[in-house]
Amino acid sequence: MPKRTDIKKILLLGSGPIVIGQACEFDYSGTQACKALKEEGFEIVLVNSNPATIMTDPEFSDHTYIEPLTPEFVGYIIQKERPDAILPTLGGQTALNIAMKLYENGTLDKYNVKMIGANQEIIRKAEDRACFKQAALKVGLDVPRSIIARNLEEAKKAAQEIGFPLIIRPAYTLGGTGGGIAYNEEDLERIASLGIESSMINEVLIEQSIEGWKEYELEVMRDNKDNVVIVCSIENFDPMGVHTGDSITVAPAQTLTDREYQNMRNAALKLIREIGVETGGSNIQFAVDPQTGRMVVIEVNPRVSRSSALASKATGFPIAKFAAKLAVGYSLDEIQNDITRETPASFEPTIDYCVVKAPRFTFEKFPEAKDILGVQMKSVGETMAIGRTFKEALQKALRGLEIGHVGLDNKLDYRNIPDEKIRLRLSEPNASRIFYIKYALQKGMSAEEIVQLSKIDIWFIAHIEQILELENQLIETYKKEKTINTKLFRKAKEYGFSDAQLAQIMGKTEVAVRQLRKDQGIVATFKLVDTCAAEFEAYTPYYYSTYETEDEAILQQLKLDRSAKGKRKKIMILGGGPNRIGQGIEFDYCCCHASFALKDLGYETIMVNSNPETVSTDYDTSDRLYFEPLTFEDVMNIIDVEKPDGVIVQFGGQTPLNLAHKLQQAGVPIIGTSVDSIDLAEDRKKFAAFINQLGILQPENGSATSVEESVQIASRIGYPVLARPSYVLGGRAMRIVYDRESLLSFIEEAKEVSAGHPILIDKFVEDAIELDVDAICDGESTFVAGVMEHIEHAGIHSGDSACVLPPHTMSEELVEQIKQFTCRIAQGLKVVGLINIQFAVKGNKIYVLEVNPRASRTVPFVSKATGIPIAKIAVQIMVGKKLSHFNLASSGELGYVAVKESVLPFNRFSGVDIVLGPEMKSTGEVMGIDTTFGAAFAKSQISANQSLPKKGTIFISLKDEDKRDVVSLAKKLVDLKLKLVVTRGTAKILKSAGVEVEMVDKHGEGKNNLLTLIKKSAINLIINTPSGKKSQSDMRAIRAAAILHNVPCITTLQGAWAAVNGIESMLGREFLVQPLQKYYQTLKNSSCTV
Amino acid sequence: MKDAILYLEDGKSFYGQTLAISGETAGEVVFNTAMSGYQEILTDPSYAGQIVVMTYPLIGNYGVNEEDVESNKVHVKGFVVKEFCRRYSNQRATKSLIDYLNENKIIAMEGVDTRALTRHLRLHGAMKGMISSEDFDLKSLEEKLRAIPSMEGSDWVKEVMTKEKYIWPADPQYKEPFYRVAAVDCGIKLNILRILAKLGCEIHVFPATATLEEIDAIHPDGLFLSNGPGDPAALTYVIDTVRNSFGRFPIFGICLGHQILGLALGGRTYKLKFGHHGANHPVKDLIDDKIGITCQNHGFCVDFDSLKADEVELIDVNLNDRTVEGLRHKRYPIFSVQHHPEAAPGPHDAQYLFKHFIEMMEENNKSNIKNKL
Repeated sequence: MPKRTDIKKILLLGSGPIVIGQACEFDYSGTQACKALKEEGFEIVLVNSNPATIMTDPEFSDHTYIEPLTPEFVGYIIQKERPDAILPTLGGQTALNIAMKLYENGTLDKYNVKMIGANQEIIRKAEDRACFKQAALKVGLDVPRSIIARNLEEAKKAAQEIGFPLIIRPAYTLGGTGGGIAYNEEDLERIASLGIESSMINEVLIEQSIEGWKEYELEVMRDNKDNVVIVCSIENFDPMGVHTGDSITVAPAQTLTDREYQNMRNAALKLIREIGVETGGSNIQFAVDPQTGRMVVIEVNPRVSRSSALASKATGFPIAKFAAKLAVGYSLDEIQNDITRETPASFEPTIDYCVVKAPRFTFEKFPEAKDILGVQMKSVGETMAIGRTFKEALQKALRGLEIGHVGLDNKLDYRNIPDEKIRLRLSEPNASRIFYIKYALQKGMSAEEIVQLSKIDIWFIAHIEQILELENQLIETYKKEKTINTKLFRKAKEYGFSDAQLAQIMGKTEVAVRQLRKDQGIVATFKLVDTCAAEFEAYTPYYYSTYETEDEAILQQLKLDRSAKGKRKKIMILGGGPNRIGQGIEFDYCCCHASFALKDLGYETIMVNSNPETVSTDYDTSDRLYFEPLTFEDVMNIIDVEKPDGVIVQFGGQTPLNLAHKLQQAGVPIIGTSVDSIDLAEDRKKFAAFINQLGILQPENGSATSVEESVQIASRIGYPVLARPSYVLGGRAMRIVYDRESLLSFIEEAKEVSAGHPILIDKFVEDAIELDVDAICDGESTFVAGVMEHIEHAGIHSGDSACVLPPHTMSEELVEQIKQFTCRIAQGLKVVGLINIQFAVKGNKIYVLEVNPRASRTVPFVSKATGIPIAKIAVQIMVGKKLSHFNLASSGELGYVAVKESVLPFNRFSGVDIVLGPEMKSTGEVMGIDTTFGAAFAKSQISANQSLPKKGTIFISLKDEDKRDVVSLAKKLVDLKLKLVVTRGTAKILKSAGVEVEMVDKHGEGKNNLLTLIKKSAINLIINTPSGKKSQSDMRAIRAAAILHNVPCITTLQGAWAAVNGIESMLGREFLVQPLQKYYQTLKNSSCTV
Repeated sequence: MKDAILYLEDGKSFYGQTLAISGETAGEVVFNTAMSGYQEILTDPSYAGQIVVMTYPLIGNYGVNEEDVESNKVHVKGFVVKEFCRRYSNQRATKSLIDYLNENKIIAMEGVDTRALTRHLRLHGAMKGMISSEDFDLKSLEEKLRAIPSMEGSDWVKEVMTKEKYIWPADPQYKEPFYRVAAVDCGIKLNILRILAKLGCEIHVFPATATLEEIDAIHPDGLFLSNGPGDPAALTYVIDTVRNSFGRFPIFGICLGHQILGLALGGRTYKLKFGHHGANHPVKDLIDDKIGITCQNHGFCVDFDSLKADEVELIDVNLNDRTVEGLRHKRYPIFSVQHHPEAAPGPHDAQYLFKHFIEMMEENNKSNIKNKL
């Protein structure tokens, strides 16, 4: 069937901020959908609150709304735009839930908007546990025994019937929020009540636990002619019981015979037909009892998902793109496979390599949380690796994670690990289990025993055992022969051993091993990802490295050299690797922009990245894609083959920047700001001298390489000090240190984070306003693209702080001076490209806190807020253009206000206090845009799921230092007709100032107890500024309750004032809801074309 | 484990190591893109005379078992993979693939850049090749290969067909079989027999050399033409039998059976460059306008243009290369498909075709009764 003609305008929903369980894979799918629909000539209305996405670039849709993803806002946009259809299957659970709400509240009917991709019926059938179970049973599939519970009583009854252990799954949540495994009544009460609360419809499924069974996923596509194909099968390394997002997974399925696989395939076909997913991609999860082979179906997601992004990257089959085309009427045979060009999309990819995905965790950011894994997802990112064998792919994945492992290495000495600990780390799923499997084998534990403890399939354990066997052979050979012969060396590379791993074995440097390896003629070869195992010629250059005989990248080069295309200059862009807190989608955005801009200029672009969730690893973002770990070795291997004219390390965050030195030493042409300038900015001593020379203030500081030196510096400049390790991103391990004792404990931790690099100690400027500046410099002149004022004071990591553009409390003179400082610094550093500077302003004094001569986290926000694509401009500067080539006017006269707010993952880590500090903890961001600060801030809060109340009750408790503000804050809130509740101490102050308040108890069980009020949803907002280093434990419990019950909680005084401002403006008038394109029209200088 | 060479007739060689069985073996080298189902592939009689290269690099992961066989022996001439699995995992497995290959005395080779080999075969076509762990002299290998007959014109059916007629009973759930099917065994896959039996058929399996009289003698409700190895054009004895049976009973042919039917209908077959061997080929059913993902294993193909348009209708087409995937006769209840509806290995999307055959026999029986009345 050809394209539908009854639809002209389509509303596409994004997935909002990056949170655990919903990350940039939905930017990837949304961007693909935008491109596909645009190609078909549809008018696209896009809504997403996340400014760091490629999909919200104004050129990807016709009407780009960066507005809160709530039924109210989307409803309003529907009313305004009158789309013919809504496509909700590409924006994760968020989009699906909003579409359902809009159906239920009649908005879709009222404005005659069709649901395409999946309709309400299908969504309900797949998402509602009871409907799903019924559907599965109807087509003869097996499911785990389960009972639905809507309250604790029902849950207990269900538990009695089924028996422990049980899995509790809330309906309509993403990433398993609020779910868990209950081994006893106590667990059940805790998890079930939490689950009922977090479910959109207050319902949980109490299910027979099939923990330890083998877990599989199938990615399925169906078209409107009922043609169904399986795109990819995935087998999980971690068995049932660990959320699939937290599992190491492998594609394709390994331990199923064809009969069993076809059985699963048949089940998937039956199920998708019964549920009625009309068009698009779905993901179906299965579990198989390893003893009997009994197969049960676990769940269906009637939308694209994290797994479908992985499957797309693993096979080369673009699920989201095709899903969008199917949704508008095409059938699978009418869509061409881009990779082969000849064959249609109605086939099942077959692969001739092994894919391993490994999750990236950030438990180190939340020391109070245990790194134990369960059915609730905790990982913040992932890396994917491709190899010709599982062993190779696994080791590549582990080094691609960038967690300090160079493969399946020996970070710990197994001899120092007690047996008890090993057994525990094997039996209790956790973030480092894979390494403990190796330690266990090293200690002589049998593979069978490991299987018994971990329930991980013997197939996986046996491969790890083989890696270890080869490692032992390498060690012994080297010990005996002081060299490793070519045959064994090659085998080590085929097993995925990195040069760094071999360097450890041989006691040499990585660079020396690399030379030794090349001398023996052992070089990486590149193979194509082509959907068809080489059966057809492939046209998309998407490569991975392995150690084989034939290199297809070189073959392709030879072909290119003979064509006109081969004459183009080549620029290689190094991506950011797996998402983590501090380095996420913002940097991928910059890398994509670099590629887009350079392609437009006629360069051949080469992308290197290992993150399957991203747009940068889409095969048509760059001319050539290398899906490889971002390590020196892997990057150099590509450089050896590609010989690029320039390499960009400044756009992918700290990951490529950390490689800059070594790459430069290896003779790689790094373009843009020189590595020396990057170093100057990182080297405290040199940098202090440099800033001093420019006549700019800097908080007193020093850098120390020993404990004694640290203590000395701190006492010289005086406490409090800001202490941090160098060469890290996201304020990793950064602390405000108030005394010697905490300084010493900080140093202990810093050693682990950034071994070998000095510790930086700055005077902490208290109560200062912090500003972030993003600018572009061509070495001679500078364009200040955005000055952002942080809402929280200095001391809160800039990535966690809300910020506003343009600054709203600064005088013009100060802003002007800051711009001048920026120019002076940028030119002084001879920056060519992007630079980000953080300033602190106290009184009239401006201090430079930090200078980063690279792309920053705020680049996409600034670009979205100002309409100036600064990353695209910067990259053109890096290849030789001058700022004067662009028609740029300084921002600051926007006529509207943009607020960036961060989104925090505290609801995922129970036991972690939600207090902000100098270490970054947020996973994502949202943008609020409107004509006033208050309205923009209020929108940002709604988008960050921190909706400010227009009426109701607010609890206020401020620390002593903030108490001077409490009266004015309270008065203002009372003026706005909000009810205030406070504790005894605050009540006294307020009453004497004549402010009407109610008193509550912090402790006890009374009905006037604060916790009770929170549980009863009687509190609509909490303003609590925690005191100093030791927060009171009762307030901590209150903040935890706020998270649990989804009560917005503001923890800084500045945040509180911004909230007052927001509430005031919400009461005052309606929000302005308009697309970016409209905002940009109001700009004087919108003519800037790039 | 011995070092080994795979020498191809165009002079290209690939290196690897053999398992326990070493020595020399030759055949036509073809690649199969299925990611699972190696045991079915090894035992598929259609692979007689061929060295099979698996494109999926990790082979042997789930071991071997008693059930997933397509005949009573391993038919491939040689087996080439990237890596054999040392430690299998599957609840049904009884032994490792390596042991199985060794017991069946198959020369199998691993450590080969199977992707490069596959690309070579794609670009230059399927060709003869020799695996040797003894002789690494290219000149001498070339000579040895020259002595091996090429696939074109070769009759491999006589090597693999049953020597004696036998009966495969209907599934025990049927007290009386519904239909009696005469199957011409050119190398029949067991799953065809399993499926027909499950649908209530009692199958009389004849050697491919059987005469029409012998087949007639059992009074079949339908005739089935099986899959099998080699060049269909060499099988004049089967082609004649089939041609003479037109109009006598419904006929269903699969793979080689389909090609034989095409030839019997007066058509021509030709050799594909590298054939179709895999489990992911999209086939469009032109009658129902539906796409099925099919299992395929053939090196030859029917040329549709060589058939009489007033007699034969195209019913299935391969969406990858638009080659003929199915035929039906315009007057007689005769149809055939190039792909493998019995799968094993591969998707079950086309299994409904067996039901078509059943329906055809049912209708034919009805009209026969009518005619008699």
